[in-house]
This record gives sequence, structure tokens and C-alpha cells, in this order.
Amino acid sequence: MSAQRPGSLFFEFWKGIASENPVFRLVLGMCPTLAVTTEAVNGIGMGLATTFVLLCSNAVVSLIRSVIPAKVRIPAYIVVIASFVTVVDLVMNAYAHELHKALGVFIPLIVVNCIILGRAEAFASKHGVAASVADGLGMGLGFTLSLTLLGSVREILGNGTWFGLPLVGPGFSPVIVMILPPGAFITLGLLLAGMNRWGELRGRKA
Amino acid sequence: MRDMARMVLVLTTVCVVAALGLAKVYDLTEEPIREALRQELLRGVRAVLPPFDNAPDQDARVVNGRTYYVGRKGGQAVGAAFEAASPEGYGGWIRALVGVDREGRVTGVVILQHAETPGLGAKAADPGYLAQFRGKSLRSANWAVKKDGGDFDQITGATITPRALVKAIREALEAFEAAKTQIFTPGGEG
Repeated sequence: MSAQRPGSLFFEFWKGIASENPVFRLVLGMCPTLAVTTEAVNGIGMGLATTFVLLCSNAVVSLIRSVIPAKVRIPAYIVVIASFVTVVDLVMNAYAHELHKALGVFIPLIVVNCIILGRAEAFASKHGVAASVADGLGMGLGFTLSLTLLGSVREILGNGTWFGLPLVGPGFSPVIVMILPPGAFITLGLLLAGMNRWGELRGRKA
Repeated sequence: MRDMARMVLVLTTVCVVAALGLAKVYDLTEEPIREALRQELLRGVRAVLPPFDNAPDQDARVVNGRTYYVGRKGGQAVGAAFEAASPEGYGGWIRALVGVDREGRVTGVVILQHAETPGLGAKAADPGYLAQFRGKSLRSANWAVKKDGGDFDQITGATITPRALVKAIREALEAFEAAKTQIFTPGGEG
């Protein structure tokens, strides 16, 4: 676990966005990352749905951590997580119907997103509620930002639009492969390489 | 033994609390979800039928397993909307909503669902492509793509999608012709 200055709430929040970003640093949750990021708006929608689940499950897991026997903690966490995912699924279907249709099966699949169980197991089960909420919020927003970045790159290059707004003139011929599955791997690979290089350069200076 | 009892108790409590919470959320969202699905259907029907002033989802007839949404203006039927679907798309099912007037001429087509390749087969969902069906009926057109000797445009690089779509619409129109009198007979409307 993070050894430098742990404990401060801002530190627990910020690490999910930067030093322990789930997508670019931990490389977790790749299934939704690769699958739904054909458009920037899908990235935001998926990210925020995941953030909500992460925030709630971290809070609840932290609250009940002392009464859960160690041997049954995983099933208990899964029930908590699955419940919040179902809440998101139902609420989104009712009030954000179009987005729900676009994200399709990937909303129920938030249950098996390893970031969520990972944070419950590695963080919330060992820390207080405030720190767990900060951790969930940071990890969730880090996930949201990463998915939105990936979705933006793919949507701009693959469709010539950003959040549905046309960015380029009619002369632009979109790189269709970017919104197909290979485009997800190419974009993620290049972004990961860029992040690693950036991390190296920063590490050298410090 | 005490350990065992505690595990059972804790897991049961967690599950019961979760179930109660979910039941409440389900209860609260059931109505909005039904309304969202209804609005989605009505948006589709509005896009393919001439202007109407009734509620076609409440004025639907089921004939031979197909549902026909009848649009009326001032009580007069202006046409019917129904689904045309084919599993023969490049990426699986293609579902379209077709509107026709009382004579069986197509008044509009929208795609409800497809999984075609973006930039190729997915172009079949563009309003510009779908406009070619407007005004056509079973008698006035040869319902096949041009490559197969018919009257409808294919899409460069994607023949399978238009072929599946045209076939689905043709079959739906044939079913409509056979069911036409039952759909528009005033019987049962009281």
C-alpha cells in the first residue's frame, strides 16, 4: 500500500486519479474500458455509474467491516456491490434511458469490475468510512477521467465528433478502425505508453 | 460451531437488507421505466407515421403474432406502424419500425436496433438511406437490392445489411397486406 503520507483524506482521494489511477497505473477494469469507450459520453456515463457503485460499496464495506467474519467477507462484499449495481441499472433505465441503452450489458457487468471488489478488499475493509469514501471517489473519478479520455480520442478520430458535436469539416474521412475494437487496444496502448514515459521523466527529476 | 452460526447470521442479514432495499428501488423505478419504454416506442411511431392524434400504443392490434400500432387523426385511421426484424444482419439482429398508410405505401422507416459495422453497414440506419423506402409499396417496387435485381440501393462495402433490411421490410409488408382488413376494421373499437 501507499507508504508516503497516507492517512490524509486528500491523499487517499488524489491517488486514485494520479499515482494509482485504476486504468493507466493499475490496469484494472479493462473490460468496460475497452468496450464502451466508442464515444466520450459513454465513457462519462460508465465512469459515473462505476463511481457511484464504488463510493457506496466502499462506504458500506467500511461500516460493516468489524462485524463480517473473515471467511465470508467476499460473498458479503459481492452482495453489497451487486445491490448497488442493480440500483444503478434500474435508476439509469428509468431516468437516462438512452445512455442505458448505449451502455447495455456493461452496466450489470459493473458487478465483476475488479476495481470495485479490489478497493473493498484492499482498502475499505481496513480503513474508516471517511478514508474509504475518499478512496472510492478518487478511484471512481480516476476511472471516469480515463474512460472519457479514451472515448474522446476514439470518437474524434473515428467519427469526427466530440460528445456528439461535429468538430471537423465534411472533408474529414473518419478513421473507422478507431471506433471498432482494435481502436480501443491501439488507443489504450498508446496512452499507457505515454503515461509510463511521463511517469519516468517525472521520477527522474524528483 | 459458534463461528458457523455467526457466519450464517451475518450473511443472511446482509442478504435480507439488500433484498429489502432492492425491492424498494424496483418499486420506485417500475413506473418510470415503463413510461421511458412507452415514450421510446411513441417516438418511433411518430417518426414513421403521418401526423396522428391518438395513442397508437393503446390502439394496437395483434394479428398472427405481429403487433400493429394504428395511428388515427380525428378518429380516421391514417396508417399503421409495425416491426420488421431480421437475424441476417452482418452483426446479428436488425430491428426496424415500418409505417404504412392505409394502402400499404411506406410512410417511414426507422432502425430500432442493429449491431452493424460502424461506417459501413451502420450507414443503413441513416435517415438519408432509409428515405428511399418512402412511398414504395409491395406492388410499386421490387423488394430486393439492386445487386439482386431489385429497386433498392445497397451500401458500398456492405451488401449483407441492406439485403437483410430490405427482406425484413418486404416480409413485414406481406404480413401487413394479409392482416390489413383485420387491422383497420372498426369492429371492437366501440
